[in-house]
Amino acid sequence: MAKLLIDGKQYEAEAGQNLLHVCLSLGLNLPYFCWHPALGSVGACRQCAVKQYRDENDKQGRLVMSCMTPVTEGMVITLEDPDSKEFRATIIESLMTNHPHDCPICDEGGECHLQDMTVMTGHNYRGYRFKKRTFNNQYLGPFINHEMNRCITCYRCVRFYHDYAGGGDLAAFASKNHVYFGRHEDGALESEFSGNLVEVCPTGVFTDKTLKEHYTRKWDLQTAPSVCVHCAQGCNTIPGERYGEIRRILNRYHGEVNGYFLCDRGRFGYSFVNAATRIREPRLRRAKEGALESVTKQALLAELGAAFKDREKVIGIGSPRASLEGNFALKTLVGDSRFFAGVADKEAKLVSLALEILQDGPARSASLKDVERCDAVLVLGEDLTNTSPRLALSLRQLVRNAPLGLAAKAGIPDWHDLAAREIIQDEKGPCFIATAAATRLDDIAAETYHAAPEDLARLGFAVAHALDPEAPRVADLSPDAAALAARIAEALRSAKRPLVVSGTSLGSEAVLEAAANVAWALSKEGQGADLSLVVPECNSLGLALLAEGGIGRALEAVKKGEADTLVILENDLYRRAPKKAVDELLDTAKRVIVVDHTEHATTAKAAALLPAGTFAESDGTLVSNEGRMQRFFQVFVPKGEIQESWRWLRELMLAAGFGERVAGWNSLTDVHHAMLEAQADLAAVTAAAPDPSFRVTGLKIPRQPHRYSGRTAMNAHINIHEQKPPEDPDSPLTFSMEGFLGRAPSPLVTRFWAPGWNSVQALTRFQEEVAGPLRGGDPGVRLIEPAPDARKSYHSHIPAAHQPSDGELLLVPLHQIFGSEALSALSPAIEQRTAKAALALSAEDSKRLAVADGDEVEVTICGLPRRLPARVVASLPKGVAGAPVGLPDLPSVVSLPERVRANKAVVR
Amino acid sequence: MLSPEERAEIEAEIHHYPRKEAACIEAMKVVQKHRGWVSDEGIRDVAEIMGMTPAEVDGIATFYNLIFRKPVGKHVVMACDSVSCWVMGYENVRECLRKKLGVEMGQTTPDGKFTVLPIACLGDCDHAPAMMVGEDLHHDLTAEKIDEVLKRYS
Repeated sequence: MAKLLIDGKQYEAEAGQNLLHVCLSLGLNLPYFCWHPALGSVGACRQCAVKQYRDENDKQGRLVMSCMTPVTEGMVITLEDPDSKEFRATIIESLMTNHPHDCPICDEGGECHLQDMTVMTGHNYRGYRFKKRTFNNQYLGPFINHEMNRCITCYRCVRFYHDYAGGGDLAAFASKNHVYFGRHEDGALESEFSGNLVEVCPTGVFTDKTLKEHYTRKWDLQTAPSVCVHCAQGCNTIPGERYGEIRRILNRYHGEVNGYFLCDRGRFGYSFVNAATRIREPRLRRAKEGALESVTKQALLAELGAAFKDREKVIGIGSPRASLEGNFALKTLVGDSRFFAGVADKEAKLVSLALEILQDGPARSASLKDVERCDAVLVLGEDLTNTSPRLALSLRQLVRNAPLGLAAKAGIPDWHDLAAREIIQDEKGPCFIATAAATRLDDIAAETYHAAPEDLARLGFAVAHALDPEAPRVADLSPDAAALAARIAEALRSAKRPLVVSGTSLGSEAVLEAAANVAWALSKEGQGADLSLVVPECNSLGLALLAEGGIGRALEAVKKGEADTLVILENDLYRRAPKKAVDELLDTAKRVIVVDHTEHATTAKAAALLPAGTFAESDGTLVSNEGRMQRFFQVFVPKGEIQESWRWLRELMLAAGFGERVAGWNSLTDVHHAMLEAQADLAAVTAAAPDPSFRVTGLKIPRQPHRYSGRTAMNAHINIHEQKPPEDPDSPLTFSMEGFLGRAPSPLVTRFWAPGWNSVQALTRFQEEVAGPLRGGDPGVRLIEPAPDARKSYHSHIPAAHQPSDGELLLVPLHQIFGSEALSALSPAIEQRTAKAALALSAEDSKRLAVADGDEVEVTICGLPRRLPARVVASLPKGVAGAPVGLPDLPSVVSLPERVRANKAVVR
Repeated sequence: MLSPEERAEIEAEIHHYPRKEAACIEAMKVVQKHRGWVSDEGIRDVAEIMGMTPAEVDGIATFYNLIFRKPVGKHVVMACDSVSCWVMGYENVRECLRKKLGVEMGQTTPDGKFTVLPIACLGDCDHAPAMMVGEDLHHDLTAEKIDEVLKRYS
């Protein structure tokens, strides 16, 4: 730490850190544009100038750029002297010469960094009186709107998109007054992280196109802390609501998880909340062949309660996309032995295996921040850009760590972005990617390996054996694979902090076990290893903590006549098991009750439908693939009879007359207490966020900004009397603009705002230090923390190598960021980016079948004959084909990998 | 698509640099030499051989005023408009060119013979005002001299 004097006041700061970082961390107001906490300093915009003095007696001083100046002991600077103030005002005036001043019609208005900085520097009157240069805007796809005239050329967009996220299709064009940020030609931005431009751009050049469809100013949005439900990574988000609709999602900074950035699936996948396919009122099918009719809640509960008497005959099917609370309530309803995970048996087994590997240790599950601290990585079997996009972005940062050593050696601090990138050039740390086919991350890999799941596992086992001879040896490994395994082992062994990434997406236990062996072998070596296992959905791990056995077990029970009533929680079983099996299950059961928020193939067969709240209309807890328990809070009160799943299940129990255990469940906290009584390993659920009784100076935390408008008018067409704000028994937040206006504890931060800081950059006021943890600690509780000295015996079931057999193809599941996840796929913006279903074939196999790209192929997948266009994927190994997972036009692709036969379709 | 000659010339340039991308400007100059200007297709051709994206190549192309991203006439007339030439009568040069050729700065004559562009400093200040036609430098310009020079290229 170094002592420094800022405007005559003593402060302490980390020596070597840049001054801008330090000033913002200390809570001082200093304007900036080109600097971004995650992107570092380039010293381009000159906006953050301050005056530095030789010592306290130096009265002259000199202007320095604070973002480029490291802190030294005894440093003396001023922010408030007339020279630097005038300099900063002049800079912003010149940056603004071409700015159109169209704030009233600009989507950024009210949350604009440029507005904030202009006010901060006191640039009130415009001196420039000439013609402004204007640009043509581009079509950039369904996510991002482009308005180049507003640009102040800070270059943050390309620095994020190109340098940080590896996107190749956004660049800076031309020079001087004509610098233009866009694409080579009109078209959708290709990067899966393009949505971050909305937050990275300090003004309104790149704005959220989905928000534009139903635009609302930041101050008119009701917001609450939430967690993304579109993959298992558990990124923190801030959804915003107005008039009963979610209008946009913003990133909610979490120091250990998502940091500053989200993926486009998480940001733009929200529209299912507003969709016409929502179930908004209870529905009942009175006759077996009749239609589902809307009924009142009372009628529904009376009907179901009467039919529900024999509890022994009811089984519950939970869901990896429902909260812990919903799943727990269902488990309470049906009893432990009749509660099943609502996933294929195979998936349940895979997720349990992943959970076991993480729990048993010694390798610790890595947070995304941990990933960015590692310096070498082996990815085994996961196409991360498509299965866990945010993790893919973290891997891009990981590969910079080893070469950043070069910068450190040259005395360049890592925040000095331009110099660090200059010295690193194209150097990348060791990254090995072993997957079925090429991935969008291969460009950062030192080496890639494309093979069938068995061979990927064999490579992993071989790496483990190379690291520790006690790990089982792989027999008959090809010399190429053996040599590669040796190189990978060497790279991981010589790393300071190696990481192993794997997951369930290929449907292979052997791949997971091989990854575990590698991590354990590294742990035995002494330096330890981080392990990141990707599981399928936002609460897959949470569900695995509550249930064993999947849908197959439920089917058995129904077939044996042990049960006649099914209660299905937030789940479309047709996406989970082959159609035949689900048909059999739903047709055999006497009564099918579905609690869900959105219509799908399973709700179409239900005898009763109970309208559940989405993530935005309920509170709950999810367990991410890191094993982090995180609370999401209700954003708004929905219209109609929509309520949390656990409330429906409780009312069902009360109506059926066996509700004595749940009679006392009046709030989320009551459910939590029941949970920790029932299951000690879930005890942390109460610690994930403050409970509903939490107050600051006796006040709740408001979900609405203090400038929220229209409260007295927005419902005047229904009732001119202002309504009392709805009660919220489940959280310390209120559906109101009244409450504690200061900084709430980190799990309860409803938006980032501070006086003078209306844009997302207000975040620095909520962090202990810029880019550090949120004040009071990052939210959530890590549930899985293995003993570091745990010793586990190695997995020893090594599969035989894949043998391409005549005429048969091994069909593996291929995931797509846009389309493979059910809820986000319902968003029109995501739908526009979803590729049509196709059968991926290797070059050899497409030759053998005499098909070219686009030719129709006949193939039977999971028992259903299909006709799909072929897509030739050169990187696929011979004898391996790929089918897209979960696409709307091909929903029930489950139970892969499997062996199939494919033929060229006869043209009809 | 790159012609075999273009490809050979670009590959020869690539050999001069430790990193392929460094030859990007030379590659565009090769394309411009053969095609007169660098079209969108030309950008994509260069991107492919350089292992870069079209956006990255276009970013470089548009930075340089001597890489032409629009078709130009047979001869490109570049009249210097920097300080010395301005003092010595650049405005007369511009007027002469306008009258003689009937086009404004940035335009091409209808017969496709000349494109007139401004340029900042040709390094010939002691003989200002100066202009270039194609690769030839002409200085100490007067109305008569401009007439005579243009005739040579007609």
